Amino acid sequence: MRSFSTARVLLFALGVIVLASFLPLGVSGYILGLLTIAYYFGVFAMSWDLLFGFAGEVNFGPTFLIGTGAYAAGILDNLYQLPIWICLVAGALAAVIGGVVLALPALRVRGPYFGLTTLVAVLMLQNFIVVAAGLTGGEIGLVVPDVISVSDTTNYEIALWFMAISGAILFSLSRSPVGLILQASGQDAVQAGALGFNVTKHKLAAFIISAFFSGLAGALMVFYLGTASVGTLVDITVGVQIIIAAVLGGRRTILGAVLGAIFLIAMSEALRPLGDLSNFVVFAIALIVVLLFPNGLLGLLTGTKENI
Amino acid sequence: MSMAAGAHLEVKGLTKRFGGLVAVKEMALSVRAGEILGLIGPNGSGKSTVMKLIMGIERPDAGSVRINGVEVAGWPSHKIARMGAGIVFQHSRPLHRQTVFENIKLALLPDKLTRLFADPEIDERVRAIAARVGLSAVLDRRPATLPFADLRKIEIAKAIARDPQVLLIDEPFAGLTSKDTAAFSELICELRDDGRAVLLVDHNVKSVARLVDRVLAMYVGECIAEGTADEVMRNETVRRVYLGGSIETAARPESSFRDSIAPFLAVENVSVHYGKAQALENVSIHVHAGEFVSVVGLNGAGKTTLFNTVSGFLPYSGDIRREGASLRGLTAATIARNGIVQCPEGRELFTDMTVRENLDLGGHHLSPAECANQIGWLFDLFPILHDRQKQAAGTLSGGEQQMLTIARALMMKPKLLILDEPTLGLAPVILEQLSKALERLRQTSAISVLLGEQNVTFALPHADRVYVLEHARIVWEGEPARFAAEAGTGYL
Repeated sequence: MRSFSTARVLLFALGVIVLASFLPLGVSGYILGLLTIAYYFGVFAMSWDLLFGFAGEVNFGPTFLIGTGAYAAGILDNLYQLPIWICLVAGALAAVIGGVVLALPALRVRGPYFGLTTLVAVLMLQNFIVVAAGLTGGEIGLVVPDVISVSDTTNYEIALWFMAISGAILFSLSRSPVGLILQASGQDAVQAGALGFNVTKHKLAAFIISAFFSGLAGALMVFYLGTASVGTLVDITVGVQIIIAAVLGGRRTILGAVLGAIFLIAMSEALRPLGDLSNFVVFAIALIVVLLFPNGLLGLLTGTKENI
Repeated sequence: MSMAAGAHLEVKGLTKRFGGLVAVKEMALSVRAGEILGLIGPNGSGKSTVMKLIMGIERPDAGSVRINGVEVAGWPSHKIARMGAGIVFQHSRPLHRQTVFENIKLALLPDKLTRLFADPEIDERVRAIAARVGLSAVLDRRPATLPFADLRKIEIAKAIARDPQVLLIDEPFAGLTSKDTAAFSELICELRDDGRAVLLVDHNVKSVARLVDRVLAMYVGECIAEGTADEVMRNETVRRVYLGGSIETAARPESSFRDSIAPFLAVENVSVHYGKAQALENVSIHVHAGEFVSVVGLNGAGKTTLFNTVSGFLPYSGDIRREGASLRGLTAATIARNGIVQCPEGRELFTDMTVRENLDLGGHHLSPAECANQIGWLFDLFPILHDRQKQAAGTLSGGEQQMLTIARALMMKPKLLILDEPTLGLAPVILEQLSKALERLRQTSAISVLLGEQNVTFALPHADRVYVLEHARIVWEGEPARFAAEAGTGYL
């Protein structure tokens, strides 16, 4: 089966985004709030997919990048009341720096050790936040004085278009020559090297890009929620949810990750009447989808079948 | 120091150690532009390691690798690739989500992060390369839908896309039909005639003789002969390594084995497929109780597949019977517990455990008294293991590890012991010790042995009967004494 051309996929996605931008005319602020979170989650999951699906590196610590970006932006705003856009840029940069510091040693080790390194990084960040409570708000959370907007609609549109732009960039990148080299590096680093590609350079670049979008999305979420807390941005459970969203949506597809994120958040909302059971059911459904449909939701929709 | 005029690849004093094992020792070779050098050697002789050292996939411990006069030893492989070296791997691993077109295009891309759009002229070059290797008709297909020969062509296309001046090719004809082999040979000759230096790595002279200008033969990490294909085939050392000197056999006639019901093991018309490739084709062999049978075959002939099928690891058509009862449906664990035990090629010892612990694990189902008894017998068979009892298995030499592997398998009190290439990568002196142990096993126990080997020297003396496996089929069966005359020529 031929895959759809990059331009055609982007055009179709643009159509869907434009339709979605009219949602505030018809649905309640509560639903808009849920979708706003889902869109930011979508960016987290897309960034993760670039690293795993393409560079072949399992990052168990997406929340390390997200948390670094979110807290850096939040703390700057809290301490110095800088303009929000400066905080956002600083948050994204902090995530990139954190990503490089983590990736440089981590990319030297192979297989499960890379994943373990990223996992430990999350635990370290989490502990640092709790210990440095004076700066970070500790377990209670960090309250930022500024928010981008109090309007549900504005927040919704910002999240939607941020996701759309991030998705377009990440997707185009995955389909570009650089994406091809990245995929080759992820699947067979020895062969990629023998073809003249500097595998470490390409994987590091993927890490930086992933960190940039994760950090920026994390920072934006802080200025939407008005707070930053370990439970919503850093905890391992959050990281696992992001990974599930990406795999659920269809790994190595970038765009599927958005579907996965919306599906996860919509499911936990729909199952809220089940109380404590709801999360259990959501994860059970996710497990079944991953086991039965390894190509994820996007694979189901487009009827794509793959061996690997 | 003079350098041969126009030499593209010049290797001197190349040495590589893996732990205590010297895989490559002081290798020297040179390949000129417009020349094909065949690098041959039995399994484990270090020829693939030489290739990896040249390409920078492994780092040499000592020595020099010069490409067009530039010293590249120790460089990362992407830099060596940019100096003009390319490699065709034996196993093809294309990108499965991409088309053949994109797979070839990958090799043409510059190593730049900023190149978000490929030059349009790259597409032209992809088509030209595809036409050259014969992939034009399948450019839009995905690799998974292609036959094996086309997958190999993708690998060659990728390697030549970079226009390498030095081209390394690992086992160019493994798994190809004779028609594909001819087409490949022609392509490789064309690449030489372009003025490239080509290094072909293969197991024996015969398969590359018509193609190469010169041959260099390796054995346990060292060069043993160099010259034209004919010269190397006539070389005494090469003949001894591949065929053995005068082969002494002590075969017992097949009629001396009396089976109570049926042969202990009977493999009947067994066929095995790996995806598209046929690994075994209507193979039938049998082993009587107490008999030592060798299956001789070159790498890739299907020996390991045959043994894995008998051990219950692979799906097959046909039938495998043990004393008349079909093994179909039994798990690998059940088959092993019932007395058919395999020593795998890779040895698979618990390297961090001591020799004694490895043996105890093999005998964990025995009562302590039986276990001690069995270990005593094994120490008698392999005295060196007695001295090494408390040493970690990983610190043993290759030969000692092989003995431990066999001993551990014998702890399970097998009725049939399957040995898959026990001589892999072992020095001649070790072979002798192993040989003695097998001979004692043959004389002092009622065990049956099925031995797979490409080292004929080792396989024949221990066999009561020999099968020759070639391209997935049994092509010869008989007594070892008749082997050299009737089937030996293919093993040089």
